[in-house]
Amino acid sequence: MNEMSRRRFLSRLTVALTAFISAIVGLPILGYLLAPLFHAPSDELVPVGAIGDFPVGETKLVSIRDPSPLAWAGQTADTALWVRRRDVSGPQMFQIFNVNCTHLGCPVNWQASAKLFLCPCHGGVYYSDGTVAGGPPPRPLFEREWEVSGDRLLVRQQPLPTVKQG
Amino acid sequence: MRLLRGIASWLGERFELEDSVMAVLRHPVPRELERPIGWWYVLGSATLAIFVMQVVTGVGLAMTYVPAPNSAYDSLQFISHDATLGGVVRGMHYFGAGAMVVLVLAHMTQVYLFGAFKFPREANWLTGSLLLLATLAMAFTGQLLRWDQDAFWSVVVAAEQAARAPVIGNWLATLVVAGSNVGGATLTRFYATHVFLIPAAIFGLIGMHLYLVVKRGISEPPVPGLPVDRPTYRARYAEMLRRGIPFWPDAAWRDATIAAAAVVVVVVLAAIFGAPQLGKPPDPTNVVADPRPDWYFLGYFAILALIPPATESIVIIGLPLFAFVFLFLVPILWPDGERHWSRRPAAIAAVALPFIAYASLTVAGIESPWVPKLEGGALPASVTQGLGASERRGADLFVSKACFACHAIEGAGGRRGPDLSHVASRMTRDQITARIATGGGGMPAFAGGLTPSELDDLTTFLLTRK
Repeated sequence: MNEMSRRRFLSRLTVALTAFISAIVGLPILGYLLAPLFHAPSDELVPVGAIGDFPVGETKLVSIRDPSPLAWAGQTADTALWVRRRDVSGPQMFQIFNVNCTHLGCPVNWQASAKLFLCPCHGGVYYSDGTVAGGPPPRPLFEREWEVSGDRLLVRQQPLPTVKQG
Repeated sequence: MRLLRGIASWLGERFELEDSVMAVLRHPVPRELERPIGWWYVLGSATLAIFVMQVVTGVGLAMTYVPAPNSAYDSLQFISHDATLGGVVRGMHYFGAGAMVVLVLAHMTQVYLFGAFKFPREANWLTGSLLLLATLAMAFTGQLLRWDQDAFWSVVVAAEQAARAPVIGNWLATLVVAGSNVGGATLTRFYATHVFLIPAAIFGLIGMHLYLVVKRGISEPPVPGLPVDRPTYRARYAEMLRRGIPFWPDAAWRDATIAAAAVVVVVVLAAIFGAPQLGKPPDPTNVVADPRPDWYFLGYFAILALIPPATESIVIIGLPLFAFVFLFLVPILWPDGERHWSRRPAAIAAVALPFIAYASLTVAGIESPWVPKLEGGALPASVTQGLGASERRGADLFVSKACFACHAIEGAGGRRGPDLSHVASRMTRDQITARIATGGGGMPAFAGGLTPSELDDLTTFLLTRK
């Protein structure tokens, strides 16, 4: 075995060992950091309140709490939703909107007298049914699935608006 | 004194400082830097000084800040109001962040206008561009650590913007908030990114940047009519350095002077104004929010309101991408030729236009005329006095139905839509009624929100505005 090929072998061995070290250190940490990608978001139904709390024709702000938050999540375990009661009963009874503007996610605010949702960031405007009335939003407010169970209104947990939705 | 000198010389010898630190500090620089033009060559050092200050104040803040969503806000209130000198340290970190953005941009502008990015210093520019990126990333993540209402919604907005990226958008957004919603896992990630990840990259990049500055030598002040010629430049520059001066101390004193001035400005601002006020607590269920980024990002914030919605995804992803790709390509596309700005009119335009554009956008961002005024208010008495009963009801509806949020009359009201002070002089009753009922041109239709008699009162009131 001549000197040159021995050196070439040793350099390749060193590079290979370094790559091996990087891999056994890197793979666990990469998996740890990318973990959020592999967790399916919760789609549990969580209670919003009693149906009687929502008069027909009105739109009210409610907050729901993540059923299993991290212990240190504090207020971030809460999510606000706009609940619109359209009907006394039936499939058209409620519309439940995410508060996030479909433009960039700022919280929209319901103006009861003007019957409009207004966004404070870039001026998006929506009608009471969530359709766009003006400004930059590309689509209506995101709606959530809901169910009535007895006299309780339940709503489905959901990821951030544009995440995993069209 | 003699003892001190003895110790210094012992340390210098034992640690071989003469061969390492002093040799680097004494590297030759062009003799022209002795002249007043040398004052232009100090911006990098000033940035470095502020960066060191950011590290020191950042470490200090990290001793007290609690990066958990349920405690971060309270720990910041404690730092700002109760901790000894906490307000000053947080203020230094805050004003230092602004100073970093300003100085990095000033340094880059000077290097660009002096043509110092050209051969053989292309890699200096590339590492510098990455440092600019890192600085902006630090500024953004730092604002989020403030963890007040603005910060909370900024995270949401960041995730939404990331989600606009093609193909990988949803993954990016999920990684930004570390889950499917902003929650317990989000803040710690931003914290680790802000205090470990990006600073580690910055340390490495500063090392490369400074190594290249010393290795390639500081560029000589440009002379009109003396272009960079790649085959002969190195020999010409080496010849220039033979007649050069040592950086330490012949040029370094100017760097130290400006660095000291920059640090003094930041410390004085921090001492006078203290830490920036925190907004409301980060309560996702409080939707009465008015999220705004810090001043250096207001221009970008404004773009997102002003461009046509259809172009938005392209602008959100494409514009920053284009800007940075262009930045990286600068030394590759123009490695030689004239360096002096007076022979590069396009270069002057390439600096002036973005600065003017961004300044205008920043002003627009501060005023935010596109945002409906939700705080309420009232029409001026001059508008409402002497109105008849129907006109009077119309004036009340104008305020209560939020027309007022977007339309001004005699200086009161929002600026989203046209000023209606003299609307009756340009529109008829039928036109006004139709516009209110059906909207258009960005205005909502109010037919569903007004009874026919309310619509009539409103129109009657507006007809008084001749």
